[in-house]
Amino acid sequence: MTLTIDNLRAYYISSGREVRAVDDVSLTVQTNEIYGIAGESSSGKTTLIKTIAGAARPPLRIHSGSIRFDFPNRTVAMQTATETELAEIRWKHLSYVMQGSMNVLNPVRRVRHSFIDFAYRHIGGAMPDFFTTIKDHLQRLQLQPEVLDAYPHELSGGMRQRVAIALATVCRPDFIIADEPTTALDVVVQKSVLTLIRDVQRALGSSMLFVTHDMAVHANLCDRLGIMYAGRLVEEGRTADLFRSPTHPYTRHLIASLPRIGAMATAPNLAGSPPNLANPPPGCRFHPRCPLAIARCREDVPAMVQTGDGHRVACFVTAP
Amino acid sequence: MSLLDIDNVSRVYAMGGLLSRRQVQAVDGVSFSLDAARPEIFTIIGESGSGKTTLARMILGMVPPTGGSIRFQGGDITAVHTRAGRLRVMRQMQPIFQNPFEAFNPLKRVDRYLFTTAQRFTDQAPDQAADRALRQVGLSLHEVRNRFPHELSGGQLQRVAIARALIPAPALIIADEPVSMVDASLRMSIVSLFRSLRDELRVSIIYITHDLATAYAISDRIIIMRYGKVVEAGDARTVLDNPQHPYSILLKSSVLSPDVPALEDSPHA
Repeated sequence: MTLTIDNLRAYYISSGREVRAVDDVSLTVQTNEIYGIAGESSSGKTTLIKTIAGAARPPLRIHSGSIRFDFPNRTVAMQTATETELAEIRWKHLSYVMQGSMNVLNPVRRVRHSFIDFAYRHIGGAMPDFFTTIKDHLQRLQLQPEVLDAYPHELSGGMRQRVAIALATVCRPDFIIADEPTTALDVVVQKSVLTLIRDVQRALGSSMLFVTHDMAVHANLCDRLGIMYAGRLVEEGRTADLFRSPTHPYTRHLIASLPRIGAMATAPNLAGSPPNLANPPPGCRFHPRCPLAIARCREDVPAMVQTGDGHRVACFVTAP
Repeated sequence: MSLLDIDNVSRVYAMGGLLSRRQVQAVDGVSFSLDAARPEIFTIIGESGSGKTTLARMILGMVPPTGGSIRFQGGDITAVHTRAGRLRVMRQMQPIFQNPFEAFNPLKRVDRYLFTTAQRFTDQAPDQAADRALRQVGLSLHEVRNRFPHELSGGQLQRVAIARALIPAPALIIADEPVSMVDASLRMSIVSLFRSLRDELRVSIIYITHDLATAYAISDRIIIMRYGKVVEAGDARTVLDNPQHPYSILLKSSVLSPDVPALEDSPHA
């Protein structure tokens, strides 16, 4: 179960205006790997995974490129997949933990109904057996079986988040996509939820695409990491390599600007703000804010080049 | 003279229907005071449900305490009932809220908020007052004029919210989770702003957060709250370098460090 994305471009097209939220992104996610995508708000992270999950709806359109899932017994090309094809793979092969997913549970029905709605047609069998499976799975996420009889408002944010993760993983999907699943949680709960996510992923042997802007979460969870800036991937590598020796000027800034307990000094802030994606700057999209920019950065778009073992960078200056 | 005196303040909420009435002690006997002569950044740390937001709302006079007293510049905050009295307090005490996208009306241009505050609290021309406040936070009126909230980034919008709070030249700013909706890479630049406001404008700031890293960087004193009670209080560096209460220790150990990627159990290591 690998995911291969080639030269993907996904644009929001409305009344003649084109917002290039994902522009020429290529990456692969290997079997049994957690791949993190980092970047600030409006860097195109959520658009990228919406497209990958087959959840692109107008005005968002896939302009060009391909997204291919290789599951153990079938291959799905997401850019051409039909609704029936998507319905077949959803939840069983590919599951998606959405942003703010602690609010996806139906507020007027007990949690057990959400499990029946989502998972029953994939797991099937007799109803008591089905609930035995569900309860075993909830235990793995340290939830009591009683949550099935609760309404969502009776559960705390951390519990609802774990229920959402349980829903996404109960059909033992081959591939899990998670968009900011822990951003709304407190630090103590966040740590336990992250540990659970990793344990479940290891236990199921799934691959995972994990999106958040919080670099500290990436540092503690992901095997490999891709950094997005203004709709493009600018650097990719193993998490440890990326944190120890960031190469792209934007990655360097991102890592230097992290608040740390014990640190008093703050890294200088980058001037300017991320570009408007309806009218992005020519050349490298980071050049207006880049302290190292040279003349060529204003004209040509840097391609991703291999700089080390599994490390790719798109920069003319630091990775010529 | 003291700026703010909080003496054994409590707040009880009643929850549930007529038959299943429950009492929730949101804030339970909290006391601290701020000195007017020595501006400082006073940080309240706690998780959701620890009562930190209720405490802030009581200081702002939005929720009356059920026990204890809150005195701001010598006057009891719960005794303020008239509009004129309320404006007098707001001239000296200003709030900054958590989510800038919710604090600003999406259909109203953001500069209008600055102008309204300037007209209400100062004698200066609104343009001038707004521009001066915006420059204190690293923006200018030129960048903000006629913009709607969706045209600004979260970080810019939160800086506009801070600028708005600065216009009346208050003695105290209450910032409730001002950076939790802002990207991690921008957080430090916004909280560092608080430090310069304290030093240059001599404003005291009550900084409410669950983020220990930014609290460590800017706070003078902190209190750590849990279930409405203060579990640990003191000098920020002393408390955070060496927490004593089991809850403070748990809180500190749960903060994910960006420095040591945990690779021990990774199959790719």
